[in-house]
Amino acid sequence: MRRVRNFSIIAHIDHGKSTLADRFIQHAGLVSERELSEQMLDNLDIERERGITIKSQTVNLPYTAPDGAQWALNLIDTPGHVDFSYEVSRALASCEGVLLLVDASQGVQAQTVANLYAALEHDLVILPVINKIDLPVADIPRAREQISSDLGLDGESAYLVSGKTGAGVEALLQAIVEHVPPPRDTAEEPLQALIFDAHYDAFRGAVISCRLFAGRVRPGDEIRLMSTGRSYRVEEVGVFRLRRVPCEELAAGDVGYLIAGIKTVSDTRVGDTITSAQRPAANPLPGFREMKPVVFSSLYPIASDDYLSLADALEKYKLNDASLVYQKDSSAALGQGFRCGFLGLLHLEIVQERLEREFDQAILMTAPSVQYRFTLNDGSQVVIDNPAHYPDPGSIRKAEEPFIRATIIAPDRYLGALMKLCLDRRGTQSDLQYLSPGRAQLRFDLPLAEVIYDFYDRLKSVTQGYGSFDYEIIDYRESELCKLDILVNGERVDALSIIVHRERARARAVIACERLKEEIPRQQFKIAIQGAIGGQIIARSTVQPYRKDVTAKCYGGDVTRKRKLLEKQKKGKKRMKMVGDVEIPQSAFVAVLKSDED
Amino acid sequence: MSRSRRRAAHARERCSADGDKPVRLLGGGLYVHVPFCASKCPYCAFASEVRPERMEAWVAAVLREASGQTGRWGTFDTLYLGGGTPSVLPPTQLERLLLGLRRFFRFARGCEATLEANPGDVDRERAGAWRALGFNRLSLGVQSFSDPELVFLGRRHDARTARRALAIARDAGFFNLGVDLLYGWRDQEPQTLRRTLVEVARFAPEHVSCYQLTIEEGTPFFCRNETQPLVAPEEEQAERFLRVSEFLGSRGFEHYEVSNFARGRRYRSRHNQKYWRRLPTLGLGPAAHSFDGSRRWWNFRSLARYLDAVGATGEGREGEETLDRRQARDERILLGLRTRDGVALSSLSLSARKRAFSAFVPQGLLEARRGRLRPTPRGMLLADRLALELSQDASPDERRGGGQRS
Repeated sequence: MRRVRNFSIIAHIDHGKSTLADRFIQHAGLVSERELSEQMLDNLDIERERGITIKSQTVNLPYTAPDGAQWALNLIDTPGHVDFSYEVSRALASCEGVLLLVDASQGVQAQTVANLYAALEHDLVILPVINKIDLPVADIPRAREQISSDLGLDGESAYLVSGKTGAGVEALLQAIVEHVPPPRDTAEEPLQALIFDAHYDAFRGAVISCRLFAGRVRPGDEIRLMSTGRSYRVEEVGVFRLRRVPCEELAAGDVGYLIAGIKTVSDTRVGDTITSAQRPAANPLPGFREMKPVVFSSLYPIASDDYLSLADALEKYKLNDASLVYQKDSSAALGQGFRCGFLGLLHLEIVQERLEREFDQAILMTAPSVQYRFTLNDGSQVVIDNPAHYPDPGSIRKAEEPFIRATIIAPDRYLGALMKLCLDRRGTQSDLQYLSPGRAQLRFDLPLAEVIYDFYDRLKSVTQGYGSFDYEIIDYRESELCKLDILVNGERVDALSIIVHRERARARAVIACERLKEEIPRQQFKIAIQGAIGGQIIARSTVQPYRKDVTAKCYGGDVTRKRKLLEKQKKGKKRMKMVGDVEIPQSAFVAVLKSDED
Repeated sequence: MSRSRRRAAHARERCSADGDKPVRLLGGGLYVHVPFCASKCPYCAFASEVRPERMEAWVAAVLREASGQTGRWGTFDTLYLGGGTPSVLPPTQLERLLLGLRRFFRFARGCEATLEANPGDVDRERAGAWRALGFNRLSLGVQSFSDPELVFLGRRHDARTARRALAIARDAGFFNLGVDLLYGWRDQEPQTLRRTLVEVARFAPEHVSCYQLTIEEGTPFFCRNETQPLVAPEEEQAERFLRVSEFLGSRGFEHYEVSNFARGRRYRSRHNQKYWRRLPTLGLGPAAHSFDGSRRWWNFRSLARYLDAVGATGEGREGEETLDRRQARDERILLGLRTRDGVALSSLSLSARKRAFSAFVPQGLLEARRGRLRPTPRGMLLADRLALELSQDASPDERRGGGQRS
């Protein structure tokens, strides 16, 4: 019998998933206490800064049980954000069990619930774990209570750990061995391996993370990716122990990696099944689907001359992120750029930050948009994700926009504020439940467009941080839409256009004009900002010109200081885009979407 | 070619290498920072102390610093004692200082020698002594001719004292007099400012510096300004600036730098123009800055640290920098745009020139004349902004095509 257990940790954001994972790694002897000072599994800068996991990571933990038996515990770390829920589902599909982590001070939150449902869907054994028991504000009885009442699990049997101090970790590892079911022994059947992640190695190409459900694979084998039908020769297989450790073979039940001369990550699909080219499996593993972008935005170089360099950076970036889609785009105001599709707003921000930091690109992004569906008078249908391509209003018979179902959990004293927030965002209530006395779970159907920008921030703010939020996209619904144009000094800036609900158009235009007034720096002349629908101006604001910008004195001692100030200002200016005579900062393109609620 | 024409051509060459038109200001300038005041004014952030017992040590340190620079500066054609309040120095100390400086440096005949003075320090005896020591230009910190305003500004003198000081200075033979004024705080009566200007014009000094009140960090005014704004709103500041410019212009004063006016070109501050034209200046004393054409360096600000440094090394230098071409160009632009002489077109990138002619000239902020862009008074009001707009780097097309001339 193979001594293997495959498990994942699921938790609400900040409930200590990465810290516990690091503690496992240290316990397994893969790193020393000293090296543990930095979180191991969150590799990207952005992940560390934001305390979230973006890319899935796996680690093969050698474990010696008290009886002396050697085990391999495969921890499959999952992305901690709703934008990456499909990747989460594939990672969970690769496990037999999960640790459901609950922060002893915060209790059960929306993502805990959403994650639980996901785990139940995959028929996984769930071990409830209460983390951060070392905190002075830890309330273990309450956490147990919530696990029992909110999640329907046995809160009394929850394991108590502290990722920070290491308390309870050994007992938890024993529990994993004991309670997570062993993988089925199907090594003699035709190869079926589930791809749950892939990353790019500059020398080896795509490194595929996979879980073997049947058969074996070893270097030299010819494999086939079932969704594309393409075949490759395996160069190397192995397991992750913070670095790649090659081995002779992977067999049913194992989790590891595979390198097979696949050039880019985009040639692989998360959720796809790898099989043997010689002896293919009859069917792929269930659950494969193409990842579809949800949020769209255009990306432009700040200096038009940097277009080619941006194209190059996107191409390189894409090597490691198959979920980004992009194509050429051009704007009358901003010149040549790219229209990009993202899994969600966090994904968008990550791409933006990484392009800036790792690829040194000065870029601006236009306000994110969702995909709208229009039925035209001639019966044809068009899908629009770019306001610039908005159809002629006279030709539209029916307009539809995507809706989500939001699950919000919060103390019931915030219900009023939450309802107002959702109704303000054109939401319709579908359900209200009390999970336990004082804790409500609210379900709302909302247009995705109303959620993508700052809904989560607003939700956090109206619930003073106690509210949590999760969503899934449900369907398209008919809607009254129109395109709001922004004119700067009389010229329409196509990249500032947004698609809005007709009833809210005027209010949105007023807010957008006010926001832009704050964002666009003053110049030597007056700048008029107008909001228009069709040819009609419905809002306006003015950026007053500079009247005075000069220091009174400049003698010997002031020259260096003044020159340095000038250099700094020049740098700031480089981050702005000239539209006609007016400089528009990066932030303005997103500001048009901001609400007026703060 | 005659010798004098050759010299003129040489002069032109030296100047145009710096992108400036030929001027007669070829020598270096010497600045000495006098870090003493009888009392600190609440708006002033200059390095100064109220510690007369250190004057002797200061003179010795300045002279020691000077001895290290001897032979490096050719002939100075300006000397400027600024501060602080140089007029608080007893004539004996001043004499020691000047005799020492003459030992280490050469000064041109007709050298402009300026002393900054507080009206309260001016009496017949001292004024005579200053003349006798060779000072031929006096810059008087009058600030205002309104007593309530002088009280608000925390000055020790009143309007009467200022009038008397001006008269005494003239009598003593100062035929190049400068008057410093301060204006532009929130509740300043426009009428009061006007009365001060009228009186200044009636006295007809050769030079007027008119500074808008600036709130400097670390001053009492800075703290007051935090709770209750002391400076006028921008719109009002701009209006007053233009009114001052217009008024003094109508009385025969040329507005030749953001805050400076002269009764004719020859009465411009020769020394201060060196800063704006990037000509070499040596600065001695604490907080003084120097420039030799490519390097800038500066002394410790605090008198104690300056004295220690000079004591230990013979120099008071705290830091220095060497300018690269782009930095030099930035300076030419930002300094040039502060002055009526403006900036040479050849100092600007092609795209900056285009922008100037498509926007700032039509907007009435700049005028193009004889290969230079000169700010109008309205342009001077926006000098820092214009510098930012016009110091933009060459576009990639230019970099490729080599469209830049300078």
